[in-house]
Amino acid sequence: MDLEDQGRIKELAEAHGKDDLVVLLGAPTTESSQVQFETVTTGDPSYAGPLAGVELGLPAYHVFEPNVKAAIDPDQYAENIEVLEMGLDADAIVDALAGMRAG
Amino acid sequence: MPTNRPVIRGAATALAHTPGMVRYGSKPFREAKAEPEFLAELTRGLWSYDEACRYLPNQVFIGSQAPARLWEVEQPWFDKLADADGGEPPFGHILEERRFLALLACADPFKHVLLRERFWEEMGPVMEAAPLTAPLASRTPALLTDAQMDTELESPNSLPLFTAGEGAPVGVVKTGHSEDEALSASVLLENLCCKVSGTLAVHELLNHVDGLGLGDVDLVLSCSEEAVGDRYQRGGGNMAKAIAEFAGCDLGTGIDIKDFCAAPIPAMVIGASLVESGVFENVVVVGGGSLPKLGMKSLYHLEQGIPVLEDALSAVAVWIGRDDGKSPTVNLQAVGRHPVKAGAALDKQFRELVLEPLRRLEWGVDRLDRVVTEVHNPDITVSAKAGDVAARNYKMMAAMLAMAKEIDKSDIAGFARAKGVCGYAPTQGHIASGFVYVPHALREMAAGDIRNCMLVARASLFLGQMTELTDGMSVLIERNGE
Repeated sequence: MDLEDQGRIKELAEAHGKDDLVVLLGAPTTESSQVQFETVTTGDPSYAGPLAGVELGLPAYHVFEPNVKAAIDPDQYAENIEVLEMGLDADAIVDALAGMRAG
Repeated sequence: MPTNRPVIRGAATALAHTPGMVRYGSKPFREAKAEPEFLAELTRGLWSYDEACRYLPNQVFIGSQAPARLWEVEQPWFDKLADADGGEPPFGHILEERRFLALLACADPFKHVLLRERFWEEMGPVMEAAPLTAPLASRTPALLTDAQMDTELESPNSLPLFTAGEGAPVGVVKTGHSEDEALSASVLLENLCCKVSGTLAVHELLNHVDGLGLGDVDLVLSCSEEAVGDRYQRGGGNMAKAIAEFAGCDLGTGIDIKDFCAAPIPAMVIGASLVESGVFENVVVVGGGSLPKLGMKSLYHLEQGIPVLEDALSAVAVWIGRDDGKSPTVNLQAVGRHPVKAGAALDKQFRELVLEPLRRLEWGVDRLDRVVTEVHNPDITVSAKAGDVAARNYKMMAAMLAMAKEIDKSDIAGFARAKGVCGYAPTQGHIASGFVYVPHALREMAAGDIRNCMLVARASLFLGQMTELTDGMSVLIERNGE
């Protein structure tokens, strides 16, 4: 996750509190999704950005996860996201994040 | 009766195995600056010339193996070195490092590259004896005695040239201007590597085709990744003209085409358009090798005990001429382009570059036999956690086509094998774009294996930080008479 995004998420968490925030991920690979998940929960694993050593513990979900998908207008999902779900390793991303959430 | 309809009359490749140059790739150079002991580790991970020649992706690059062979041999390939067949490679040779280093000095009119006298005494006759290098090494380059070399090497602005990254330097590159970063020794070396490898590809082309002599080439278009210039105009050019001169195309001129990794396809389209318009008759599109990309993923490779696979400068040359009634045609009615409004999402890029031109032609996907895009060698990228670039692109392309009802969703998984190519090219993006596949496409069309081939290239313009956009272009090549 780039440093600018890390800084923005940190500012939002400080301004609004952690309880009213959810991070919606859209990374295209398993590895990048895992890194983003880790960054907004236990801190920046590369120790390069504003979230280095900062455990925000925010709930984070990928846009391909069923509970997120269910909350999106099906027509909008079909128009903007479904092709990416088909074209990327969506199942692997969903499984990887479920695994990280389970610890 | 010949017409101006543009055709591809030939294509060739050149691969210069330059392990000693890997230390001057952008990533290794930065790493060695921060951690000097890195160089010893890097050197231990380098392959010999023999190993490089026996590496399957390299054999596919020079045409000794068909790309389909890559589907048959399980990845990774670096631990499955084949026997070198010893035969004449169909597209071009793998040049050994010492010859390449000698050519760097021969290609340098300003004598910033100086060779050790003893090295040239050994290499001069070798260069003269080989048909590929003889015409490029007819003049003796600037030479230094051992004592003079020691003095030159003391300058902090000079770069020593090594073979296989070890031993005493066989040459040195001096800075071109003490106050001009655009003419530093490292920039000059990068540009000369491009010039020499590009010129080798042009000569491989001339040696592999009938009907094209040095005096027949009237335009060279370079789609290389370098930036030749000075402090007042970095990237001013003109690599194409420099290659034309060094190659001996005395009656030709040259222009550079820039578009990051996508540049070869716009260059081919422009070249074909100039032939069709009658402005030029024989255009050679050439992409020289990129020194900064050497060892780009070497940290990952060394960490895993994998050889440093990005150890060769790669180049491709394509001859576009007037219709001879048999060579594959460049279909200028089916040029895929990437408008600004298309944005940077991969599926939307492929919609513009692949689907839109097919619909313009009123073709279904079933009529397209081959589509080639970014065939980076997965041995290099998978181990560097960047995935299989070609496989990822084909899956997204297929998903886009399925959403557009052009193929069935059940065909997504098999799309790459049905229409595509397994990756094999060095990670020098402009080469790995569809450009590298042109010689294979010509061979497959001549054999009747395919009727057509769409080459698709994409460019990460955002890397230059002038726009957040990407770019891309595609072009369709068809068997003559289709």
